[in-house]
Amino acid sequence: MGDILGLVGKRLGLGLVILLVISIIIFFMVELLPGDIAQAVLGQGATEDNLAALRKEMGLDKPAIVRYLGWLSGAVTFDFGASVVTKEPVISLIGERFMNTLFLAAYAAVIAVPVAIILGILVALLRNSIFDRVANVATLTSISSPEFFLGYILILYFSVKWGMFPAISSLSEGMTLGELLQRTFLPALTLVLVVVAHMMRMTRAAIINLLASPYIEMARLKGTPPWKVIVKHALPNAWAPIINVVALNLAYLITGVVLVEVVFVYPGIGQALVDAVSKRDFPVVQACCLIFAATFILLNLAADVGAILTNPRLRHPK
Amino acid sequence: MSLFVIGYYTLLLVVSCLAAYFNKRQVFLLAFSLTLVSFILGIVGGTGALKAVAICAGLLGLTAMVSYAFREFLIQMAESNVGMSFSNNPPVMYVCLIAPIIYCILAWLLGWRFGEFAFALIIIVILLIAMKTETAKELRTAPLTAAFGMFVIFTYAIAGIFAPYIAPHGEAEVISSAFAPADAEMLLGADQLGRDMFSRIVFGARNSVGLALTATVAAFVLGAGAGLLAATKGGWFDQFMGRVADVIMSIPSLIFALLMLSIFGPSTPVIICAVAIIYAPRVFRLTRAVAGNVVVMDYIEAAKLRGEGTGYLIRREILPNSTAPLVAEFGLEFCFVFLLVAGLSFLGLGIQPPTADWGSMVRENATLISFGDITPLIPAAAIALLTVAVNFVVDWMLFRSSGLKEQ
Amino acid sequence: MSKKKEVLLKIRDLKIQGYSDETWVDIIKGVDLTLHRGEVMGLIGESGAGKSTIGAAAMGYARDGTRITEGSKIEFDGMELTTATEGEKRALRGSRIAYVAQSAAASFNPAHKIIDQHTEAPLHYRIQKRMEAQEDAMDLYERLRLPNPKEIGFRYPHQVSGGQLQRAMTAMAMSCRPDLIIFDEPTTALDVTTQIEVLAAIRDIVDQFNTAALYITHDLAVVAQMADTIKVLLKGNEVEEASTEEMLNNPKEDYTKSLWAVRSFESPQRQRPKDTVPLISVKNVDAAYTGGPKILDDVSFDIYEGMTVAVVGESGSGKSTTARVITGLLPPSKGEVLFKGEPFPHDYRNRDRDQLRQCQMIYQMADTALNPKVKISEIIGRPAQFYSGLHGADLKNRVDELLDLIELDPSKFYNRYPPELSGGQKQRIGIARALAANPTFIVCDEVTSALDQLVAEGILRLLDRLQNELNLAYMFITHDLATVRSIADEVIVMQQGRVVEQGPKDDMFTPPHHPYTDLLLSSVPEMDPNWLTTLLEERGIDNLGDAAAAQIDPNDPKVQ
Repeated sequence: MGDILGLVGKRLGLGLVILLVISIIIFFMVELLPGDIAQAVLGQGATEDNLAALRKEMGLDKPAIVRYLGWLSGAVTFDFGASVVTKEPVISLIGERFMNTLFLAAYAAVIAVPVAIILGILVALLRNSIFDRVANVATLTSISSPEFFLGYILILYFSVKWGMFPAISSLSEGMTLGELLQRTFLPALTLVLVVVAHMMRMTRAAIINLLASPYIEMARLKGTPPWKVIVKHALPNAWAPIINVVALNLAYLITGVVLVEVVFVYPGIGQALVDAVSKRDFPVVQACCLIFAATFILLNLAADVGAILTNPRLRHPK
Repeated sequence: MSLFVIGYYTLLLVVSCLAAYFNKRQVFLLAFSLTLVSFILGIVGGTGALKAVAICAGLLGLTAMVSYAFREFLIQMAESNVGMSFSNNPPVMYVCLIAPIIYCILAWLLGWRFGEFAFALIIIVILLIAMKTETAKELRTAPLTAAFGMFVIFTYAIAGIFAPYIAPHGEAEVISSAFAPADAEMLLGADQLGRDMFSRIVFGARNSVGLALTATVAAFVLGAGAGLLAATKGGWFDQFMGRVADVIMSIPSLIFALLMLSIFGPSTPVIICAVAIIYAPRVFRLTRAVAGNVVVMDYIEAAKLRGEGTGYLIRREILPNSTAPLVAEFGLEFCFVFLLVAGLSFLGLGIQPPTADWGSMVRENATLISFGDITPLIPAAAIALLTVAVNFVVDWMLFRSSGLKEQ
Repeated sequence: MSKKKEVLLKIRDLKIQGYSDETWVDIIKGVDLTLHRGEVMGLIGESGAGKSTIGAAAMGYARDGTRITEGSKIEFDGMELTTATEGEKRALRGSRIAYVAQSAAASFNPAHKIIDQHTEAPLHYRIQKRMEAQEDAMDLYERLRLPNPKEIGFRYPHQVSGGQLQRAMTAMAMSCRPDLIIFDEPTTALDVTTQIEVLAAIRDIVDQFNTAALYITHDLAVVAQMADTIKVLLKGNEVEEASTEEMLNNPKEDYTKSLWAVRSFESPQRQRPKDTVPLISVKNVDAAYTGGPKILDDVSFDIYEGMTVAVVGESGSGKSTTARVITGLLPPSKGEVLFKGEPFPHDYRNRDRDQLRQCQMIYQMADTALNPKVKISEIIGRPAQFYSGLHGADLKNRVDELLDLIELDPSKFYNRYPPELSGGQKQRIGIARALAANPTFIVCDEVTSALDQLVAEGILRLLDRLQNELNLAYMFITHDLATVRSIADEVIVMQQGRVVEQGPKDDMFTPPHHPYTDLLLSSVPEMDPNWLTTLLEERGIDNLGDAAAAQIDPNDPKVQ
């Protein structure tokens, strides 16, 4: 067991270091701005006085390192400073939105993960049949379509033509869960379509890859029926790649969410990020980027730890 | 029950019977499941749904026929073995390649006419060089989906290169009122400023695809170069580059792109640089893996022990053995880049107006969706179609390169 | 054993096709086979003879990318397998026909305990309850002399050594007491000393349960120990079949005779030249891979000009690492390598072009040693161009000369690519590439072990001839003592990173030996069908393989 703990610990440490490096990149990238933040926010027409005032307000007179450390220590307690545009604290702008985004991603994941894994296993079992080929073409098409394409098609049919679900997923206080799920069904379905296709293909590939190993042939030559070969002999060894696939796609959900939120005008963090980018509201942009990157790293970390924990060679050391 | 419905089911039944008679299990399964699905659809959606199915099937059949014809055309071209006469005659090959390239560059710099034709000529010469009997053998293994992909890519290439000659109106030319419906003058109607939608889509092929292609090439040059060097050199350089790639890949690509665009402002060079930085690590990882498989071969060790330099190792020993996966990877990366750039454009952070660009065209016309108008879906479909096409071709190439490895 | 018994397996006109390059090609071209109950038949042939494919076909199983063509008949105990449904065939597998694969390490599922995989078939066929099946497994483990039979099954495959796994797999094959077991090269992946224990176990169990077996191997001496009858195959065709005794003493076909005669080549032993500095001298070398344990421990030996030094040892003994130290791929952590008395820079990157030229290498796997995308002319021409600066017509002449030297026709091979050549031809190209540098010293790393015996002999003769003509020194790394006997002048025996014995060949092959050398020598199977029986009587059943090796103290001074 010591081996596993060591490996997991190492992996966690590495994740922390990467997160730190990313915070440095996110912070100092803004320093590369031609001119400085104050200039960028106020535009060309700003007077010297206004600029100086804003610089003082944002603490730009201090050296970059000091500001970075201040920013980082704030970020640890979710204090990302104040927005340049609205002067509100960043956390009040994005805090609730982040929860909404997590809800949407979780909604999609709860549907997508089981569906994708089961379909992936089925397609691996039926490989080279006509269903496999149809599934191949269908998933490739789904992967290749931009999220907004799928989103608008769903809007066109489900909301404009058939009127089953609202096209705009506005949320309000005091909605029941049922209402919430109905309101957010279309954005979740868009995400599900893309992610299921990815996961299915990768699950299929992972299992088929394993089917070439000698122990699978051995199992077949022992008279094991095909479904048992997959479930008992291939699947236990496929967990590591499948966990990886799931994590990778959950991470993908986070990126995909930005476009989907814009299409369905969903009040999530992605919308906030896009707004902030066009308004050049740097504190908000930085905070959003850091949150996205942290979630991304966390998921990858979880995948790696999962892969370590399911590896029989590591679980049962010599 | 209308004549159409009777004919529809009769056709399906006849196909099922024929398939059963000739013992074609796959065809039978397909026809049978289609019949079952049609029953349900017919009950739920009436004749309209059956007509939609029939139209879809007809379109699919048409696509399949076109793809088949296109593949046969390519095979015939390759059978002629033109490429051999080029590779047997290097001076001719170089002249045929370099002359149009020079003209193309001059045309771009000095604004000469017919630059498009020179560019097309370069592509034609490259294709001709590839037309050998071995290529014909490869092409025969292509499934119809891959042939369809090649056909679509071919069409897009023509549309993109000859856009000014194909489009009936100028890229930014306002010719009617906003959102005017389609008529004889405007195939797909007008956009929100009254510009011809069809012309803008044709120009969009040039702008959107061109940008994505340039960005992919940039990412590839950076990533593949670093990957090959890292695999060959090994040691700390390899370690360091691996860590750098890890860090960059830990930021979701769209988020990283948004960060960079917010700082440097949305403009074509910034987009290209941003995409190159974001995707180079992915290319690096793959190239490192592919080249890593080659580097452990004994012939690399033999060359190293001979005292060969890094340049020779990469050029003569490693590259020839990693081209197939790298070409497939290029297609794959192009799809990702294309979707990313389209997403940025859709968010209003891509190519800036009035240049025609598919992503922003979707955004500009999005309001039409709520009136049940499909116009905004057309540029989106154009994006999806090209990505699907490239993915189909890549899928085949990946299958080929992995299938060959097993032997 | 009486031969007139009930027929168990009857194969008639078996044809199997394989899919390659978009077409179906015949791999088995009409083979007949009759196996009686309790009989052990050896299927023997070189690589590509199709023996393993026949083994799978005997279970009615065609591997991915192969198919049994119509007209073939496979009858197992009265049941026709070619027309049987998949379910009927599956019901035979594991219960009545069992399979033992070449690599047990890869054929056991890493995710399950050994005993769970063992009991899978009996439980599936409802022959035994779980507890009974486990009891039975332990009983079989005991009969196969696995250490800790009560406990070993509850380990995971990666926790058990290769030889033990192979025996566990044989036990697993016995789990349902099948009528027929297919052994597909069960000892090929093992070292000679381990091979014996597995061989003894397999023979025991087959005798005890009177099971019929198809024993597939390329090693004549091994099959002579196991089989009642031997069938020789060549490229998907049967050459001949006879009882073991008769096949060994009186082979009829030329091909069989040539197989038997392979080990006849022996180059006379050369003497060290007097009063000269050794060409290569390895002095007290320790070496380890970064972060790993020490692999070489105080290794010293000399190689003189024009001599062949064979380095012998089992896998993991450090023989290839020694070669890497000499070529500079792995700088030693202690000690040094001298070339003609001058110190050789430790890292090959610090050696100058002439030093690199002097020391060349030939590899075990010709497939990976030649770049598949480069023409033969460039593979051979590049060193000549690189070291001697030859160009144009001079270069072409030099390549032609080298091709002549390795007995390949220049006009035929000049413009070809490695994948178009056979294994032996590839290995010759590898030799030509080494010669192109005009070296004085060549490291030959297991150059013949991947080749069929006849081809290997050709390569050995070629190397010997070149040595005489060009006055080359070879360091010949091998695990095969027959090869040592035919080409070596001096022998170095290595075990666990140390040199346990070294000296001229003739001394090495005459007793007394160092105990490890003795173990190694006596473990090599001989053509005599009674060899295994005699050896077991001499050594005793518990003094085999790993057990015997463990009894040798590496610190023991030489017995001589």
